[in-house]
Amino acid sequence: MSAVAGGGERLAVDRDGWITRAAIVAIAALLFLALVAPLWSILSQSFEDRSGAFAGLANYARFFATPALSYSILNSVLVAGVTTLIVIPLAFVYAYALTRTMVPGKALLTGVALVPILAPSMLPAIALVYLFGNQGMIRGLLLGESIYGPIGIVIGEAFYCFPHALLILVTALSLADARLYEAAAALGTGRRRVFLTITLPSAKYGLVSASFVVFTLVVTDFGIPVVIGGRFNVLATDVYKQVMGQQNFQMGAVVAMLLIVPALASFVVDRLVQRRQVALLGARSVPLEPRAKPALDLAMLAFCAAVGTVILGILATAVFASLVKLWPYNLSLTLANYVFEDFDSDGWRSYWNSLRMAAYTAVCGTAVVFAGAYLVEKGKGFAAGRQVLHLIAMVPLAVPGLVLGLAYVFFFNAPGNPLGFLYGTMALLVVCTVAHFYTVAHLTATTALKQLDPEFETVSASLKVPFYRTFWRVTVPVCLPAIVNIAIYLFVNAMTTVSAIIFIYTAQTKLASVAIVNMNDSGAIAAAAAMAVLVTATSATVKLAEALLSRLLLWRTQAWRRR
Amino acid sequence: MKALSASRPPYLTISGLEKRFGGFTALTGIDLVIGEGEFVCFLGPSGCGKTTLLRAIAGLEPQTRGSIVQGGRDISRLPPSQRDYGIVFQSYALFPNLTAAENIAYGLVNRRMSRSAIDARVAELMTLIGMLGSGPKYPSQLSGGQQQRVALARALATSPGLLLLDEPLSALDARVRLRLRGEIKELQRRLGVTTIMVTHDQEEAISVADRIVVMDHGRIEQVGTPDEIYRQPASLFVAGFVGTMNFLPGRSIGPAGVRLGGVDLVVRRTTVAAGADCTVCARPEDFIVRNIGPETPNTFAATIGDTEFLGPVVRARLEAPALGDTPILADFSLNAVTDLDLLSGRAIRMALPEDRIRVFAGRSS
Amino acid sequence: MVMATKWFGAALACAAMAAFASTAAAKTQITVYTALENEQLKPYKEAFEKANPDIEIVWVRDSTGVITARLLAEKANPKADAVIGLAVTSLILFDNQGMIERYAPKGVEALKPGFRDAANPPAWIGMDAYMSAICFNTVEAQKKNLPKPASWKDVLKPEYKGQVVMPNPASSGTGFLSVSGWLQSMGEADAWKYMDGLHENVAVYTHSGSAPCVQAARGEYVLGISFEYRAAQEKTKGAPIEVILPTEGVGWDLEAAAIHKGTKNLAAAKKLMDWLASKEANMVFNNFFGVVAYPGVTKEVPNYPKDAEAKMIKNDFAFSAKNRDAILAEWTKRYDGKSAPRR
Repeated sequence: MSAVAGGGERLAVDRDGWITRAAIVAIAALLFLALVAPLWSILSQSFEDRSGAFAGLANYARFFATPALSYSILNSVLVAGVTTLIVIPLAFVYAYALTRTMVPGKALLTGVALVPILAPSMLPAIALVYLFGNQGMIRGLLLGESIYGPIGIVIGEAFYCFPHALLILVTALSLADARLYEAAAALGTGRRRVFLTITLPSAKYGLVSASFVVFTLVVTDFGIPVVIGGRFNVLATDVYKQVMGQQNFQMGAVVAMLLIVPALASFVVDRLVQRRQVALLGARSVPLEPRAKPALDLAMLAFCAAVGTVILGILATAVFASLVKLWPYNLSLTLANYVFEDFDSDGWRSYWNSLRMAAYTAVCGTAVVFAGAYLVEKGKGFAAGRQVLHLIAMVPLAVPGLVLGLAYVFFFNAPGNPLGFLYGTMALLVVCTVAHFYTVAHLTATTALKQLDPEFETVSASLKVPFYRTFWRVTVPVCLPAIVNIAIYLFVNAMTTVSAIIFIYTAQTKLASVAIVNMNDSGAIAAAAAMAVLVTATSATVKLAEALLSRLLLWRTQAWRRR
Repeated sequence: MKALSASRPPYLTISGLEKRFGGFTALTGIDLVIGEGEFVCFLGPSGCGKTTLLRAIAGLEPQTRGSIVQGGRDISRLPPSQRDYGIVFQSYALFPNLTAAENIAYGLVNRRMSRSAIDARVAELMTLIGMLGSGPKYPSQLSGGQQQRVALARALATSPGLLLLDEPLSALDARVRLRLRGEIKELQRRLGVTTIMVTHDQEEAISVADRIVVMDHGRIEQVGTPDEIYRQPASLFVAGFVGTMNFLPGRSIGPAGVRLGGVDLVVRRTTVAAGADCTVCARPEDFIVRNIGPETPNTFAATIGDTEFLGPVVRARLEAPALGDTPILADFSLNAVTDLDLLSGRAIRMALPEDRIRVFAGRSS
Repeated sequence: MVMATKWFGAALACAAMAAFASTAAAKTQITVYTALENEQLKPYKEAFEKANPDIEIVWVRDSTGVITARLLAEKANPKADAVIGLAVTSLILFDNQGMIERYAPKGVEALKPGFRDAANPPAWIGMDAYMSAICFNTVEAQKKNLPKPASWKDVLKPEYKGQVVMPNPASSGTGFLSVSGWLQSMGEADAWKYMDGLHENVAVYTHSGSAPCVQAARGEYVLGISFEYRAAQEKTKGAPIEVILPTEGVGWDLEAAAIHKGTKNLAAAKKLMDWLASKEANMVFNNFFGVVAYPGVTKEVPNYPKDAEAKMIKNDFAFSAKNRDAILAEWTKRYDGKSAPRR
């Protein structure tokens, strides 16, 4: 009998174990500083008065007592609700066409529908000014209503949210069990009844989830209302006005807390829905293969083409706007609007800043996110640490960008914070952007890692190979497609985002998206359009390059996938 | 309990091992000694704790209590990387982006071996598993059986003192499984590496193991050679789990006798107190129908019911009211069937030799 | 271990790279907060750096209201070395809060008396004057058959409903000087009554002071309340607008400069102030503004309204500075709140 027979399940920690622990602690600490601490400081600010003393709910009381501000809640809810009601049916039919019918050109239709993701949210708003503004090309369609206000916001948001809703609904509708439809057909059920009793219920979780996502996106979006909101105030522009216009940080914090509510609700609903959706599809389900129904397919094609035309039309309008000399008096084409130096003190520098920021975000963000996901998913021991890391990684999904950016101001610009030296640097913009988009990237990485055999790490430990070697030689190469995907996701979002960084950029680190807002503010709308088009073109180029490259990459380095 | 193997020096000694997951006890009171070079199977139904025990030995599910000594070294609290074993999983866990040769060389590259030494070792192992020439292939280009051979070679490449096999054959189809289990056995004999294999397939365990550890509900039910496990099951559970068994409810009538229904059977010995309920176990092949005379002990009358043709034998379901209501399964050789005309509906006399009877206290459920 | 360090260290290395990439220059960099117009930044910076090759200006630009609020907010932890091209009302506000490092630039005596702080050493020096003006789109007016307004009163006419755009005084210095001008020239009660009426006609309150004029120039609205400099610029660019200085007189403000207390680059900031007080600098300002601080620098600015100095009301900067908060609070309460969409 050995001497060691006591309780406890701890094994001695080997070098791998120490490295794992250190890495988990490092990444968790990083996320803590980039996320938890700033959020805490914004939360506490909302309960303080201007001098920093605890004020209880006084700020909230003052908010609701100020009709101008509390009105904004109604306005936000109104535009978000209307947008949701418009986008969800459109996206549902579009998704239905893509998944359940035989419309021709599905790849193209999907690509077109996803275009808005590549554009900064200001772009549709700028295009709408050219289309429906007081000098708009087709302003007659508004029957005398003004585009500046709820109408403009709703149309712009519909453009911006459409692909987000579409992606969710396509996933939901792809999870169909053909056997249900076969059973219905065998019973001679009518098409309408099949739709109402099978299709709709099976997609209901997707519909709920998409609705919440759209609602949240609209409430927390800043780019569209700031361009086309006119005198119609919403919460997102209120935060900006309170903080940037009046430097009333406490009130800004209060509005920020209100913005978290829908995001948080959407987060919770999404978690619940995902759990149910998995259960919906048993292991023995048979995937549904759509069959050709000429009349339906044609109708669907017409519908998709119409939606696609609107999307491309808005994009084309922005391109056109960026090329016109002096709308509406001189319609000759020019590249003068791309000489940003004439419209904004930073000129092209803000574009180069954006490129740099996006590149750093993609590289550093992917490294941190993937390493973090790996440790959570594959690390041995230190379960508590891994759980904490995973929990923190989920937080950003419930935090709107405006709130995060404002939280950074509170936290990093607080006198006495030893991290204050980061304030105003490119590094902080990168940290903020990575934190802002952490969750989706983390989940992508986790999904990819889950598909790996869980015993790789055990095998390499038994072979006395340190885990990081296996990570580098096996995990990373096998997950390369997912890694590239994450990098592109971070890059595109870093290029287009405005909500978080609008609060923390400085003269040296001004970004293209901020320049769009500023130029539009000062009336240089054509230059703003030009910058928006440039950003969109950059994201699109990167996305296309990814598609081509990954095909090449797959062929070259993923020989093992072939049989 | 028969714990120590008779002839070999002990290599792995497990004492007082216990594993709890929260309130659930996965393993308890595990004492086991495995001899050097021995091939041991952990056998039991799913959830019996056999995989947990293997993972405790590997350091993957650290035990709550108890010790493990391997080759004289206490490894109870050592992390996997500091233990000495090779492991093969049901899923093979081959690195998909590395070739078969690279997979086998994986643990060698880290050991400051020269390139040529590594190549030689890989070639040796590839030959050993009969796959020389498949080195440059990726796992996805290999069959399941080939993949498992590569996984085996990878685990053996660094010459570990202990080889752990976690249901290595379960993912393969029946034919490949039979062939591979023979190959594993042969390889193990040749290399002399102490091996533990987890399986839920009793036939597999019986065919490859030097000794079998039968487990149930987190406890070891019996440790013994395949023959011992089959012929002398130590408990009702073992009796039922390995092979086919008749369980006949009875009552003890003394140290050498039990009463079944209205018949008293002579048995070798039983520790069940006289008058207590007991279960009499007998395998279908142990009933005899030839050469039954008046002096033959333990004879009784039975009627043949349904029969089932199993190839070398015919399994018959018999009604023997004298022994109670429980139908009895008995195997008859094809010769016996032909010679004695053992067909459905026939009434016959048969006997159960006393040395084939096992008696356990209580009733089987 | 090497691998691990490589991978996990990469993140930190990236962050460090980004942090230090931007601070590699050898020159003295001074951070200058400003509300100057975008197109002025480059010529001002070039001219200054030509005269002072060892100093580099790094601009932080935003609208007057934002820069003012930002400087106030950063009071505890200042980032700015100097503030230039900001409304003097804001600088007086800062001076009252002890945020200004007083300094008498070389040759400050030469500046027009109204264009420098009377105290010695002065807290601020003026650069140029700018005033509210109406940009009136003649093409759109003709289409809509709208008359050209001559006075502030004219703008209240119901036919301008939804055709007027003006800057939000909370964020825009131009907006504030218009409001402050009305309050001083009309008297408080009448001025608020005037703004109530104006509000009926205003389609949108913009963030920046330039935007109303630019939007009028594009014909998005017919009538933009902006400032005279922007109006001249747009007209020079070929926009079909007319620059109107209403007959009642217009509010105006000085663009002024000062050193921020606590700057780590005091020497460089003083050099900037010396340069701003020079004739050379004022000649650069004069390329954009008709009225500058240095006497005798009066080159004609294209399309600049001729009678500008005559239209400037008697302005009490102390009044504006002292009541800034109260005026903005009142304005916000009255007009920012009624956010119902405009038909």
